[in-house]
Amino acid sequence: MGLTRRHFLRGTAVAGAACAVATVTVTEVREEKTLPPKAVGLLFDSTLCVGCKACVTACREANNTYPELNTEDKLWDVPLDLSARTLTVIKAYSEGSAENKDQENDGFAFIKKSCLHCVDPSCVSVCPVSAMTKDPVTGVVSYDPNNCIGCRYCVEACPFGVPRFEYDKTIARLRKCEMCKQRQVDGKIPACAEVCPNGATLFGSETRLRAEAERRLMLTVGERAFFPRKTVDSTDTHEKPSSRYNTKTYGLTEVGGTQVLYLAGVSFEKLGLPTLPEKSFVSTSEKIQHTLYKGMIAPAVLFSGLLFAVRRHANHNEKEKE
Amino acid sequence: MSPKPVGGPYITGTTILAALMVAIMGTLVLARFCFGLGTVTNLNDGYSWGLWLAYDVVAGTAIGCGGYAIALVVYVLNKGHYHPLVRPAILASMFGYAIGGTSVLIDISRWWNFWHILWPTYFNLNSVMIEVALCISIYTTVLILEFAPAVVEKVAGWTRQRGGNLHALTTTVEKVLDKTIFVLVALGMTLPTMHQSSLGTMLIPFGYFINPLWQTPILPALYLLTALSIGYAIVMFEATLVSDRFARPSEARILGLLSRYMAAVGALFLLVRCIDILYRGKVHYIFTSHGLGFAFLGENLLILIAIILLLSEHRRLAPRYQFIAAMCIMSGCVLYRIDSYLVAYHRAGWHYFPSAPEILITFGMIAVEVLGYILIVRHFPVLYSAKHVNAQALATE
Repeated sequence: MGLTRRHFLRGTAVAGAACAVATVTVTEVREEKTLPPKAVGLLFDSTLCVGCKACVTACREANNTYPELNTEDKLWDVPLDLSARTLTVIKAYSEGSAENKDQENDGFAFIKKSCLHCVDPSCVSVCPVSAMTKDPVTGVVSYDPNNCIGCRYCVEACPFGVPRFEYDKTIARLRKCEMCKQRQVDGKIPACAEVCPNGATLFGSETRLRAEAERRLMLTVGERAFFPRKTVDSTDTHEKPSSRYNTKTYGLTEVGGTQVLYLAGVSFEKLGLPTLPEKSFVSTSEKIQHTLYKGMIAPAVLFSGLLFAVRRHANHNEKEKE
Repeated sequence: MSPKPVGGPYITGTTILAALMVAIMGTLVLARFCFGLGTVTNLNDGYSWGLWLAYDVVAGTAIGCGGYAIALVVYVLNKGHYHPLVRPAILASMFGYAIGGTSVLIDISRWWNFWHILWPTYFNLNSVMIEVALCISIYTTVLILEFAPAVVEKVAGWTRQRGGNLHALTTTVEKVLDKTIFVLVALGMTLPTMHQSSLGTMLIPFGYFINPLWQTPILPALYLLTALSIGYAIVMFEATLVSDRFARPSEARILGLLSRYMAAVGALFLLVRCIDILYRGKVHYIFTSHGLGFAFLGENLLILIAIILLLSEHRRLAPRYQFIAAMCIMSGCVLYRIDSYLVAYHRAGWHYFPSAPEILITFGMIAVEVLGYILIVRHFPVLYSAKHVNAQALATE
């Protein structure tokens, strides 16, 4: 039995070493991603949104999507969620008598959903064939169907459930908000921000948007203040008493930060925005992968060791046979 | 002693049933390619990866790890007497991986772009999937080449009778394969170590979607250990089944020796998993995750049962217990893999259960494996005589 035990231990050592390699990697550090130099984004202020859905319609025009007629009489465009046919959607929260806007109890509130254009996007990290890319200058997260193999890893991995696939088509592709990059090329702003009558959706440089969100959080409830429309630096403004806000802006820290920010009076969790850690999940997977495969050294060492073992033991076995 | 074709009839109840299932699969696959994924699957934007990914690819390639697991014993631990198990294991591995690869082709929606995963200008080296995809593609080729000697031996049998240049050519091919096979064997152990662990890493980006009992940074280690456990289990499972179905004498003696490795790796998996759960302080999730807590306990319990069964030497040598233990390890580890990809993956507001066509396609894939295995071992020199196998085991005991 001594022989058996020795070999058992040897086997355990090999497997144990493999585990150790895998575990050590977790402590290695991969640099956290930061905002691109000329990052642009959107600020959605739930307290300003009246739920008119002009943004949903404008988005359809700008991105060639078609109405989702979800009622029995097929007369109304009522998208229930993001889908391959709806790249932005307005959802409503309501509780109790739903009398008071932006209150959790007996209140209601609106939330606009679309791609959050993460600083460290899961979809970009997981895509095997670079179909998902993040613009190094503006930070807009784009999709290129010409590269895409349709593996839908991005659909599975996005912590916000944004990318949507066309399951009903033979020639299927993925759809998601690309912050109207085709309009931005022409100097226009995203369609949803362009049409919002109340300035609930604002477009602008990320640094300015973050400052604007901060300004609103500093206002005292009921204090009269000016709110811009369309873009954060617009002269087109309206004046109104400030609402009560949550204590923080959503999107500053979630999974490494996002370029679309949210302000609301109802808790973000209730509006369907998940509570997420500050570190992105993909920073961990990339850390593990880049440590194990750094310069392909570990696989090369493993391969050479095995080559040596096979060579030696194959000869040994041959001799035994003779 | 060298392996011999088993011979016997190609058309039997089993092969007809398998062929029928393959035909059904073919029809459904055609429908999928003509009308899109939605017509045959229940996949949706919450559960975009379903049965095919979780079973055919993630569990299926692990079931194809028999060749890998045996090779480690034969060549790293230098146990030459397990050598007769290598060729049948390689054959089963070849099928496991070919099926995994085919399933991916059926599953990916933009399949005409498939070649992008082999074309460097498209690579995203941050993606765990590119490593898995490349590695599996290369490994499938390696497996085919590793199995090539069995085919060449058969061809050499024909050409020997005819003689002449043709025979000279086959003998040359045989010699070249014989001289270079060690590179393939070494590659055949490196590649699964890489992609089987990466299959675990692939889950890490899913973050909070996966229950903390499964979501851990040591997923790659756990995946490597389940690949090995399943590898040993499938070799034992197949050897027992083959002895029984082809009415060949049992290989119980050598399988008894092999079962110790299976139990050892299974035990290591349980140990690592328990330490990890304790270290991360997630034990309470066993009690707060409803059904998932049972799934977690069930996976581990199956593996534990196998280990306990194999503790006694008497049971280690009994084909019945070998089979039960192999089944327990296999179901425990396969469940672990399916659970981590599918069951423990939760998206609020979404539901998924595979559609009948999805399940039939998966069954069809399994039927391809069974049918292929039967036809090939009947026709090509894959299996050694059981007498030879056990004699080798006895000689080293």
